[in-house]
Amino acid sequence: MKKNPLWKILNGIGLLLLITIFALPFVWMISTSFKTLGETMVFPPKWIPNNLLWENFSKAWNSGPFLKYFLNSTIVALGILVLQFATIIPAAYAFARYKFKGSNFFFGVTMVTLMIPTQLIFLPVYLQMSAWGLLDSLWALILPFASSAFGIFLLRQSFKQVPEELLEAARLDQASEWQIIMKIMVPMAKPVLITFAMFSFIAHWNDYFWPLVMTTTDASRTLPLGISKLREVDGGVAWNILMAGNLILVVPILFVFFFAQRQIIRAFVYTGVK
Amino acid sequence: MAEIRLENVVKRFNEDEVVKNLDLTIADGSFTVIVGPSGCGKSTTLRMIAGLESPTSGDIWIGDQCVTNVEPGKRNIAMVFQNYALYPTMTVRKNIEFGLVNKKVPKVEREALIQEISDIVGLTEHLDKKPQQLSGGQRQRVALARAMVKKPKVFILDEPLSNLDAKLRGQMRRELIQLHKRLGTTFVYVTHDQVEAMSMGDQIILLNKGVVQQVDSPMNMYHDPNNVFTAEFIGTPAMNILERERLEIFLPSLLECVRYVGFKPEHAHISAEMEKMPDHLVMKSEIITTETLGAETIYTVVNQAGTMNIKSFAEPITDTQKVYIAIPFDHLYFFDEKEQRIRAAGDKNIETPKPAMAGGA
Repeated sequence: MKKNPLWKILNGIGLLLLITIFALPFVWMISTSFKTLGETMVFPPKWIPNNLLWENFSKAWNSGPFLKYFLNSTIVALGILVLQFATIIPAAYAFARYKFKGSNFFFGVTMVTLMIPTQLIFLPVYLQMSAWGLLDSLWALILPFASSAFGIFLLRQSFKQVPEELLEAARLDQASEWQIIMKIMVPMAKPVLITFAMFSFIAHWNDYFWPLVMTTTDASRTLPLGISKLREVDGGVAWNILMAGNLILVVPILFVFFFAQRQIIRAFVYTGVK
Repeated sequence: MAEIRLENVVKRFNEDEVVKNLDLTIADGSFTVIVGPSGCGKSTTLRMIAGLESPTSGDIWIGDQCVTNVEPGKRNIAMVFQNYALYPTMTVRKNIEFGLVNKKVPKVEREALIQEISDIVGLTEHLDKKPQQLSGGQRQRVALARAMVKKPKVFILDEPLSNLDAKLRGQMRRELIQLHKRLGTTFVYVTHDQVEAMSMGDQIILLNKGVVQQVDSPMNMYHDPNNVFTAEFIGTPAMNILERERLEIFLPSLLECVRYVGFKPEHAHISAEMEKMPDHLVMKSEIITTETLGAETIYTVVNQAGTMNIKSFAEPITDTQKVYIAIPFDHLYFFDEKEQRIRAAGDKNIETPKPAMAGGA
């Protein structure tokens, strides 16, 4: 390894630059969300506003049925997650551990769905939802994502790594297949499950396209749609209010990140078993 | 309580016949060791008894129940795996308890059993640790405790000591022998290590290429091998097997049927000077290597009949490479062209005991 001090300094500067690139927009968003509208227009931008305008948040929150949006978003993101767990865990176990006729074919089909973008299939799904009378309901936002090819793939890989003897030991211990899944496989795949849960939650929490297509009333709209509506106030864009709304949108994700990070580390500590 | 019987058991993996028409009885309460080189079908046999593989044909009986189609969990057996196969996300207590919970044993009873077993194997203070916080020997004990706690009719152990270092292996070997005495349950133990087989088993089943070579007690296995394979497998070092052709200068008068002659390393006398020894096979040899083990010395010597091992309890010979080795005729073993033992007493296979060195007789 290079111990050259110059190298270390360059390395440090490089890392700082990277962090700045990623963090600057975020810091700007936070800063803007506390400014007056006038302050948002100042050039060069002021990083720390004169007064912290907390009322931007209440203005944003009260500009529409944000509690409803927030609840909808929570129900949709968590509902999707629950259904995904319920489907991907047994599917991944079957693909990882059973040899059945056509298992390769079905796994192949599952993988192919990974390559199809949502924009391509929204029309048939829309028609299906319409046929079922589920349009403009939370079901239309949840059901299409009830399973995840990505999740099946990820979890199958991790299930495949569990040594066969563990399952044999469990079978000798009179464990049913379901108990093997829940008591042995799932705890061992905890880091993968948490990682997947994080991806899934963030993707669906932030999803703009799908709710935009599937919903028409506030009763079933989610936060990203609500936030985007903030742009339409009073002709011009109230950047400070918009950023306050964005911050409201992002805070739960930060919370999830924070929580998941600790969990992932813990899960890794407990599983690295030989 | 439970004798194990295998009747005409055959196991094929695709076209490969791994176990060939196996007929075996493992006595109730015995410590039976299935031993053989890798790929001999010993693990497959064990796994069929456990129910982890099903035989291609034939039947397996445990006690008076035919278990051929019974699932592993219902066979009333417990297994210890080579890699321990402990559930990594569970504590030691949960590992031991898992089988009991699945058997729906009430909690109070479970607690008592875990307490009792963890006392026996010395795990009480580790009950709340996870397997990866334990050493190899401790993990092995957890695996044993997990098996014992179910009070099975049969214990099945698949090379359980092969991941331990030599010292710990010796210790666990003795602990297993004591455990078997204490429990009185049938133990079926698979290993490729003949030392383990000899030291632990009261019955040894020697397999090669899916066929039973010999079923016997350790001492019979050692003193009375059925064939060349057994003779060459058992013993440290194993029996020296010499071909008839290369022996003819030393033993010109062997009976027609004899194809191989064997002798045990410890039955040969080795000395620097030629002594007149009647009724002995005497061969002038050269020492290639000398391994001094303290109490004994193992020489590898070469002569016109081939390379062979000699074990001696005398002081090591250091001053010369040229030695004479002498084996009494009644300690020679004879085998026919099918490598089967010819059981007539040693010198009966030599028409007139008049090898070159027998001058004084």
